[in-house]
Amino acid sequence: MIVAEKKPMEEVIKEIKDYKNILLLGCNECVTVCEAGGKKEVGILASALRMYFLNQGEEKRIDEVTLERQCDHEYLEEIRDRIDTYDAVLSLACGVGVQFMADKYVSIPVYPGVNTCFLGATEKRGLWTERCQACGQCILASTAGICPISRCAKRILNGPCGGSTNGKCEISKELDCAWQLIINRLKAMSRMDDYEILLDIKDWSSDRAGGPRKVVREDVQE
Amino acid sequence: MKEKTPSKLEKILASGNLAVTSECGPPRGSDPEAIIEKANLIKDYVDAINITDNQTSVTRMCSLAACIRLKLMGLEPVLQMVTRDRNRIALQSDILGAASFDIHNMLCLSGDHQSFGDCASGQNVHDLDSMQLIQTVRRMRDEGKFIGGDEIKRPPKMFVGAAANPFADPFEIRVARLAKKVAAGAEFIQTQCIYNLDKFEKWMEGVRDRGLHEKVHILAGVTPFKSAGMARYMKNKVPGMDVPDEVVKRMSDRPKDKQAEEGINICVESIQRLKEIKGVHGFHVMAIEWEEKVPEIVQRAGLLPRPKM
Repeated sequence: MIVAEKKPMEEVIKEIKDYKNILLLGCNECVTVCEAGGKKEVGILASALRMYFLNQGEEKRIDEVTLERQCDHEYLEEIRDRIDTYDAVLSLACGVGVQFMADKYVSIPVYPGVNTCFLGATEKRGLWTERCQACGQCILASTAGICPISRCAKRILNGPCGGSTNGKCEISKELDCAWQLIINRLKAMSRMDDYEILLDIKDWSSDRAGGPRKVVREDVQE
Repeated sequence: MKEKTPSKLEKILASGNLAVTSECGPPRGSDPEAIIEKANLIKDYVDAINITDNQTSVTRMCSLAACIRLKLMGLEPVLQMVTRDRNRIALQSDILGAASFDIHNMLCLSGDHQSFGDCASGQNVHDLDSMQLIQTVRRMRDEGKFIGGDEIKRPPKMFVGAAANPFADPFEIRVARLAKKVAAGAEFIQTQCIYNLDKFEKWMEGVRDRGLHEKVHILAGVTPFKSAGMARYMKNKVPGMDVPDEVVKRMSDRPKDKQAEEGINICVESIQRLKEIKGVHGFHVMAIEWEEKVPEIVQRAGLLPRPKM
């Protein structure tokens, strides 16, 4: 899923302080799972903002809506009949949702309420870690199911580098060395000989390097 | 191992002599004197001089320009290139630039992570990794082809080197990793600073078991400690460095004003022991910001005179 984290309160206040009628728009997908922008977080942020502006002696209307998804026309349409009653939208969706909102409702200012961080997994409640950088050409078959592009600080395809120490990365003792994990897996699968297969120079044109990407499936288009 | 380039370093290694290389870090400014002075201190005691490429991710004068300075002095540079800062266009372009000045040695590295340096908020590139850079320069030289497949007019004649760290983890793949670099096309290796000689010997044993010492020239890396503080720092703070406790103790047992001398002693003794290891074809003396000590180390280690080629 897409992992995001809440923006600091001060930053959010700076974004919306000049507007009177504000819609806080949550999303029921990834940002709900990572507890950054779901219904619960929309509620908490709305209360905090109301209290802040009240203390400042400012009168604001802050409404709360959480959509099933903000990256889908169908659900974003649900607010069409009321969107004109707001001066601005603070979206707690990922960057995709914020932009889809901006595309659809051209004249309404929309602000991000979260920082979109990465594609990752929930290790445990309150801990999310990166697993994928969406390079568009998956190499996991060659790396024992562990991705060095997203999990090695130097995205080294033929690792580990000389900085790997006690299974940890040179940039942090908290961070596992991706290549140590790959080697552990190769060992567990009795496939250590595969370690010596050189991974070719990568074609990064399917990564962000190739420009904005799209996936087209004509067979499912209506 | 047959000679393939005009590199003096390659000739010395091919002749069976022990080679000696050292390195200079370029200045954090544009004054060429900084590099000229360092080179003058060591030029008669080494066969080739590595120029580091923004080492520890701190922005410095570029390696290529500093190598050209050495070339203008009639010296033999080893161009260090990291994959951290340049994509495949820039790497290939710099290789051609170096070749245009008849720079004939290159060391392919991935580079320290940028978080260690003065631009911690910068991007890193890592379009290629160090093994793929080795493959790239070998292909440019041997096939006269760019990565994209186009032909190179006057291909570069680089003697291609790589680093090896026998002390990084996991130890069990350290020999396999060298084999991989050799398969990629590395012709010489400069190792990480060696303080744990027992572990290095064990690594070399594995290297010999696979016959790699006959396919690649291994230059053992040594760095003298200036002080006990430096020994502790290298032990505790430098990633992938293995400094045994007894070495740190040997330094800290000496009074402060005798520690530098002890550091040189340890370095010279290490070289003497390393000389006995089959498959060690030379030494890479990295006297970090202490270049003036290189002559003494090389002389005391019995590595003089340097062969004329």
